[in-house]
Parts: sequence; structure tokens; C-alpha cells
Amino acid sequence: MNHSFIYFGGLLGKLSLKQLPHDPLTIIGAVMLIMVPITAAIVLTLTKRWKWLYREWLTTQDHKKIGMMYIIVAILMGLRGLADVVMIRTQQAVASGHAHGILSASHFQQIVSAHGTIMIFFVAMGLMFGLINLIVPLQIGSRDVAFPFLNATGFWLFFAGMALVNVSLLIGDFSATGWLAYPPLSELKYSPTVGVDYWIWSLEIAGIGSLLAGINFIVTILKNRVRGMKLMLMPLFSWSVLGSMFLVAFAFPILTVTLTLLALDRSFGMHFFTAGGGGNMMMYVNLIWAWGHPEVYILVLPAFGVYSEIVATFSRKRLFGYSSMVYAIWAIVILSFIVWLHHFFTMGAAPDVNAFFGIMTMIIAVPTGVKLFNWLFTMYRGKLNLKTPMLWFIAFVVVFTIGGMAGVLMAVPPLDFQFHNSLFLVAHFHMMIVSGVLFGYFAAITYWFPKFFNFKLNERFGRYAFWSWLIGFLLAFVPLYILGFMGATRRLDHYSASLGWQPLFIVAGIGVVFIIAGVLFQFAQLAVSIWQRNTNRSGSDPWGGRTLEWSLPSPPPIYNFARLPLVSTRDAFYAAKRAKVVSTQPYEAIEIPRNTPLGLIIASGAFLFGFAFVWHIWWLVIVGLVISIVAIIYRSLDPHPTITISASEVERIERSYKTEVAA
Amino acid sequence: MTDMTLTKSKRQTEQLEQTNTAVLGFWLYLMTDCVLFASLFATFVVLRHNTFGGPSGAQLFSLPYVLLETLVLLSSSFTNGLALLSAQRKQVRPTLIWLGVTFMLGATFLGLELSEFHKFVAMGDSWRRSGFLSAYYTLVGTHGAHISVGLIWMVVMALYIYKHGLGRLSLKRLRMLSLFWHFLDVVWIFIFTIVYLFGALHA
Repeated sequence: MNHSFIYFGGLLGKLSLKQLPHDPLTIIGAVMLIMVPITAAIVLTLTKRWKWLYREWLTTQDHKKIGMMYIIVAILMGLRGLADVVMIRTQQAVASGHAHGILSASHFQQIVSAHGTIMIFFVAMGLMFGLINLIVPLQIGSRDVAFPFLNATGFWLFFAGMALVNVSLLIGDFSATGWLAYPPLSELKYSPTVGVDYWIWSLEIAGIGSLLAGINFIVTILKNRVRGMKLMLMPLFSWSVLGSMFLVAFAFPILTVTLTLLALDRSFGMHFFTAGGGGNMMMYVNLIWAWGHPEVYILVLPAFGVYSEIVATFSRKRLFGYSSMVYAIWAIVILSFIVWLHHFFTMGAAPDVNAFFGIMTMIIAVPTGVKLFNWLFTMYRGKLNLKTPMLWFIAFVVVFTIGGMAGVLMAVPPLDFQFHNSLFLVAHFHMMIVSGVLFGYFAAITYWFPKFFNFKLNERFGRYAFWSWLIGFLLAFVPLYILGFMGATRRLDHYSASLGWQPLFIVAGIGVVFIIAGVLFQFAQLAVSIWQRNTNRSGSDPWGGRTLEWSLPSPPPIYNFARLPLVSTRDAFYAAKRAKVVSTQPYEAIEIPRNTPLGLIIASGAFLFGFAFVWHIWWLVIVGLVISIVAIIYRSLDPHPTITISASEVERIERSYKTEVAA
Repeated sequence: MTDMTLTKSKRQTEQLEQTNTAVLGFWLYLMTDCVLFASLFATFVVLRHNTFGGPSGAQLFSLPYVLLETLVLLSSSFTNGLALLSAQRKQVRPTLIWLGVTFMLGATFLGLELSEFHKFVAMGDSWRRSGFLSAYYTLVGTHGAHISVGLIWMVVMALYIYKHGLGRLSLKRLRMLSLFWHFLDVVWIFIFTIVYLFGALHA
């Protein structure tokens, strides 16, 4: 009996029934989480759409569909991140003095860690890669990305990482060591449960997916541009993506290494970052920020690109200072690699080291300032069309400038010693990332939505959402600056009533209520827009677009461009509209990648690998690895991964758009 | 019927483009791998003296043994080059033979490395012993893991050439495999210098 128990334990590693959730809040969360796939499965079965799901989505190599899947996953994960916010803010609003709030300290730390991890890796990154997939090939006049299979695999790895984070809610627990899991706290000795392992492997797998996507898009932009589109004629969104993807390619390997080393410490008793045994924990902090700081710019650069497109389009002017915008992007790319130490001035490096990183940090405000002024000069004397994308942009300018000035303040090392790990910092980076990233991607979704669905999003609900978000955001974060000055640290689950902080925390909590209203308005906007889609048809060019994606019918056909466009200037579509160019070239046959489930299978292997590593189920680690390797080999032996759409078929598809427009 | 097939010259240009694209992508991948190794080298250099009462590099490493490993790996790079030359002349048999020799040399290198690891672990100097040894096993082991991937790749490559001959796709992949193999050679030179030579010098 005893013997068989040991054997069973060996077979399942550290896994046992005890790992299922048992406190009420977690059970509610877990049930809600399970409901999502179950509901989806029921709907799919009732509508008999399993085959459709497999054929059209799970096996697709079409960058547009992959982009949409990224965005859907990001939105779902955003809701989970938001649920975390509600719990964090509720806890902090009530847990003062004798009241200890709704969450235990360890549960609170888990939620804070999950919030940061999910929002950065699965919301911001998901939205970013989604938009890049949707837009970049269309903007550069390409029929596909350079490596469609790599691209699909990258998405499914991202998905596998996301799945692993969510599984941690059902089985075991999640990291309670903050979003970057500093050792020695994250070492086995101080975090003996599997939480940190879940954190490591979900980020490891998703991170490799990002790396693949990064390589794919660098090559896509360098190699797949349509004839005539020289680099300096390329739309700025694509430029910013190129910069961002270079950062991905050079920063993400550092993350891969750092996470692996932490995993080796935890699973095999190594001593990279342990407090004893000759480890060096500050090395972890250096390594993680050598990735982490570029990561911030990875997220923000494409959003800058979005703003560049939107400001030009909605000001009905060409972008002011195109070349300086491009140089600013590359200045940011380079500088972002030499500022990482400002995240830990308090490490105690020599004053000249701190001074160097402080000055570099301040210098990075210069190219950013160049970009801001260029946008403002683009608006100057433009014919402004203040639709919601433009509202998001204007809010961004204000919020980002305030947050940026707070950042320059913290770049002064002696001041940083006061602000370090305080809520002042939390307010600063939320102001940067929410306005610089999230607002940008909201604007982008509103702007490009009609291109893929042939109807616009409802403007009235968009405005409601915008104002709720902006008010809520300011209410939620301005108090944190003040609290930071007063000495409130981050990740605070309880504070003394005598400090007088509670009113400010309550204001911040009220801010979250407004943000939730904003999110509800966004969903209402989507519902209303779908409801009224037939009265709200947008056609191919609803905003008076300037770049090539607007020359395509909405939604674009699978091959994007039936005839490759001619490009000789910036804002190629704008020029073509003015010149009234109509191509009459005959249609040609087009090769597109054949659907394949192998990307999904590779990622499934990676998921099993990660899950098994978390629980030390070694046979399953090997099974997962073998699945991935065999799938890769199987793929490499496929000599004909493409199919050809004949010219007559292309003609039929193109004609169907014309009759649709006529009808 | 004519619209079903692309014209021949157009197809050739497209294929050339595709090859260039793939090679550029592979170079980029190698650069990311370079960053990966750079991070591991940095880690090793930081932890080099953290022996925590355990042995130092000077006490552990035997330079003649490492020199043997190095010579085996460098020769494998040379035979790999011969395989590529034969492939460019469309000679299937010599290509396969040289690939086979490369595989054997690579496997020998891996065996030497593993037996060195085994020797250290048997003496009680495993990766658990100290920060220095953790960094040592991880850096050298990551290189070894890459070599293993290269060996699997060689087997698949050989089967592919055996079945499909030396077409455009085979050549393209063989070129990438050589890039990968030479890259591992270069990384090994750095390991030889920074880990073993400097390790033996700093007694």
C-alpha cells in the first residue's frame, strides 16, 4: 500500500489532490476560468463548428487570423488582469488599522504578481503582436509574412504560456514574488511551492514565441516590402515595429537565459542566485532588467507607430518630420539597452555608475520628446477630425508627459533612493504603459477595425468608454503619486490607520470603478457596432487613409494584394488616390501557405513540457519534448508546404468584392 | 491551364528570394543565440571565483583533454565544410559520407564532454557544489545541448538528402546547418579560452 503510494507519487511528481484550490475566492476564480472553455465547447458543439474552428483558426497560417487570435487572447487575459486589479484596490481601500481586508497577505502577493505578469506578457504583448500581424504585411504591400509557419508557431507558444498561467489557478498556486520574481525570495528556500515555477515556465514558453515572432517580422519588413518601397518610404508604424522587433531579438534571449538559470536553481539545486553557495542575486536583477528595460520600449514603440499613423490621418496632413521620427526610433532602440541599472540605483553601485545610468535615462527623454513635438506639429494647422482614436492620442500626450516627467525625476539617483519601490514608481510606470501602450492599442483597434470587419465601431460608445477610462485612470493613479511621496510602498496589503492613507486609497479604488465602466462601454460599443453593422458599412477607406492597407478591400482577401501596388513616395495610397491610378494588369496565380496543425502541436508539446517541469513529472517532460521535436522534424520533411490560388480564382474573388460594393 | 503555373523564370527568381529570406532569418536566429551565449558567458565571468570552498577551474580542468575535445570539434567543422562542397557539386554519396564523418566527430565531442562531466560529478563536484560550478556546467552544457540539436539535425538532413537528393531545398538547409555548426565552433573557441585557459591560468 505504502509502496504503491510512493510509486504513484513518483509518476505524478509533486502533484496531488491537495493542490486543488480550497479557499473560496480561488474556487470562484477557478470555476469562472473553467467556464470559459466549457462554454466555448458547448457553443461550438451546438453550432457544429468544431471543424470550422480547426480549419479556419487552429491550423491557419494567415497572419490576419493569427493577429485576431492574439487580440482575442489579450482581451480575455485583460479581463483576468482587471479582476486582479479589483481585488488589489479593494484590499488596499479597506485594509487599514484593525481591518485586514478580503485577502490574506500571501494571496494578495500572488494577485499582484499575476496582475503584472498577465498585463505585460499576455495583454500588452498580445495586443502588440496582434496588431503587428494584422497591419505590417498590409502596410508594406506584402502578400504574407516571411515565415508564416514560424509565425503561427510563435502564436501557439504564446497561447501555451497563457494556458500555463491559467492552469496555475486550478492546480497549485502562482508566484507571489512580484512580476519579476527577484531572488532570493523566488528561490526554493523562500518560495517552496510551485508558484514561481509556473511563472518561470509560462514566461519561458511565451518568450520563445515572442522571439520567433520577432525574427519573423524583422525579416518580413526587410525582405517582403513591395518593389519601390525603400526603407525611408515605409510607413512609420512599420518602422516602429522594425525597431521594436530588433529589441525583441536582442533582449528576449537574455530573458530566456535568466529564467532558465532561476529554474536550474530551483529544480536542480544550482547556485546562480541563491543567498549561499556562491550565488549572486544582484546578477539576476541585472540580467532581468537587461531584458526588462528594452521590453518597455518593445511595447511602446509600436504604439508610437500607431500614433504616427493616426495623427497624420486625422489631421489630414502628412506626418511632420518623418526622418527625425525614424532616427528617434533608433535612438530609443540603442539607448534602451544602456539604462537598465536605473531600476535598481539602490543596489549600491559606485556613484559614477549610477551617474552614467541616470544621465542615459534622462537622454532617452530627448528622442521621445522629438516624437511628441513632431506629432503636435503634425496637428498644427491640420484639418483635425477628433474621432475616438484621436481622443486616445490627445489623452496619451497629456498623461505620458506627466508620467515621463516623473520618470526623469526618478532618473536622478539620490531622488530615486526616496522613490524606490514606492507607489510613486507604480504611478509612474502605469502612466507610461497605460497611456503609451494601452491607449495606443485602443486607438489602433478603433482605427483599423473597419479594415477587417467592414464596419466602424460606434463613435458614441467609444467616447463614453474614453472618458470613463481617462477619468478612472487619473483617479486611480494620481493618488498613488501622493501616497508614494508619503512613503507608501508597492505591494502593500495592509497599513496603519494612523498614517492617514486610507482616503487616497479609496479615491484610487473609485478610479477602478470608472475604469470598469469604461471597459463595459467598450464591450457595449462592440455589441452595438455589430448590431448596427449593416447601417454602418465603412468600405475600404473610411478615414481617408494614407498608407497601403487602405487600398485593399475590407476585409482583405487571404492573399492581401491581388496586384502588387506601385510605390514611389511616402504615403503611397494617398499619392495613388491623388494621381487616380487604376492598375489594369492581368491577375496572376498566388502561392499561399497550406494550413497545418503542426504549430499547435509543437506548442502543445511545449505546454506539457512546462507543466511537467513545474511538477517535476520527469517522464512527461520527455514526452513533451519529444512531441515538439518530432513535430518540427515532420514539418521539415514536408517538401510542399504551399498551395497555389489560380489567377482565375483570384479574379473571381476580386470581382466578388466589386459586386458587393455595387449592391 | 496556363494560369495554374507560374512562369519558369519568375518561379526561379521567387525561389532565390525565398532562399535569401530564409538565410537572413537564420542569421538573425544565430544572432539571438549569440546573445544567449553572451548572457551565459557574463554569468560565468561573474561567478568564476565563487567556488564556495569547492574546487577552482585550475584544480579541475585538464588542458590536454580539452585540447583533444577542441581538435575533434574543429575537425568536424572541416568535414562539414567538405560535405557542403560535395553537395554543391551535387555528389550525393560523398555528401552523405562527409555528413556521417561530421556526425561521428560531433558525437565523439559530446561523449568526451559528458565523460568529463561524469568524472567531476563522481568526484563530488556537481553543479550543486558552488556558484562557479553551476555556471560552468550550464555554459558548457548549453553548448553541448546545441551540439545535440546539431546531431539530430544532421540525421534528419542525411535522411532527407538520401530520399530527395540534392535539390534547392536540401542545399539551402545544408547551408544553414553548416552555419549553425561553424557558429558552435566559434562559441567553443570562446569557451576554450574563457572557461578553460583562463580557468587554468588563475590558480
